Amino acid sequence: MARPVRFNVHAEADVKLVKEGPEGYMGEGFFTTSLDKVVGLGRSNSMWPLPFATSCCGIEFMATMASTYDFARFGAERVGFSPRQCDLLMVMGTIAKKMGPVLKEVYLQMAEPRWVMAVGACASSGGIFDTYSVLQGIDQIIPVDVYVPGCPPRPEAIIDGFMKVQELVHNRESVRRRNGERYKELMESYGIQ
Amino acid sequence: MPLTNDIIQCKLTERFGDQLTGFEQPYGMLTFVAPKDLNLKVMQFLNDDETLKFRFLTDLTAVHYPDRKGEELAVVYHMHNLEDNIRLRFKVFTDIQQPDVFTATALFSAAGWMERESYDFFGINFVGHPNLKRILNVEEMDYFPLRKEYPLEDQTRIDKDDEMFGRGGHIGN
Ligand code: SF4
Repeated sequence: MARPVRFNVHAEADVKLVKEGPEGYMGEGFFTTSLDKVVGLGRSNSMWPLPFATSCCGIEFMATMASTYDFARFGAERVGFSPRQCDLLMVMGTIAKKMGPVLKEVYLQMAEPRWVMAVGACASSGGIFDTYSVLQGIDQIIPVDVYVPGCPPRPEAIIDGFMKVQELVHNRESVRRRNGERYKELMESYGIQ
Repeated sequence: MPLTNDIIQCKLTERFGDQLTGFEQPYGMLTFVAPKDLNLKVMQFLNDDETLKFRFLTDLTAVHYPDRKGEELAVVYHMHNLEDNIRLRFKVFTDIQQPDVFTATALFSAAGWMERESYDFFGINFVGHPNLKRILNVEEMDYFPLRKEYPLEDQTRIDKDDEMFGRGGHIGN
């Protein structure tokens, strides 16, 4: 028997493909709003993640990218492997102390604006590896915007974390984050120009 | 006649007399203890002898026994006779105050990597090693992490929940 195909023709579910537009003034054929809102909207829906996957959490990210969880829904299907092109550094997995400088280098190579997400207990705090060889949280070397707890976090949690980043990008940031006083202070505390 | 552990033991005692001690065969693997100054001679003999032919260094590692005063550190050599497929293991013990052991790099190049590793984790000073520096740990590390006086976990931390992370002496009491 053929599988019945169902179409969402009656639109009962509250499906919205596009987020509601930003606040602004709308008339027939035109719409005005402030530039940072438009930029924020654009950025948050086209994040380019850079996966820095070193262990088990990375596997979870692969599931997140695959069709069931479909990360692409959030505008993040373009996973870049060059830090120069990417906006969001996703650190997933145990970072050994020896890896620390490499991670920092990758972060430094990213262009502003850049965001960092620590996925899993290891990236956030060292996790179960409280030992001589493991970095106890990547926030010891680079600033982190969103932490995703779990060992490993489920793909839903990673998506939730990603949506938190989108929220940050969309609503909480000015167009030029790097000019903000707090941001400068933060960078200085990490010794980053 | 196939080579057996007893033949090997006989040959070794013939050559080195009672300098080699502690012969035993856990799980069928011949094991003994050599004085640390003899480590290279024993290895050379095992390698050169026409019947023994232990020409492959499988492993080289170290162990720390804090309770054995004066011989806290052991260096363990595993050797393999590939023709008869027989392995053996021998140990040398050294004082932790002066952990000098002769390097085996002249006999087996494979020892280079493994001796650096043993130095990295146990601080064994392999005398004559061409490049004895840390290999796996970060270079600025200033201690030897697998010595028993260094606890595995940082005992002063409070941000990790002791119940979750197994600290605080809940296991077994
Ligand atoms: S948090 Fe858990 S699952 Fe993730 S990398 Fe660490 S040990 Fe693996």
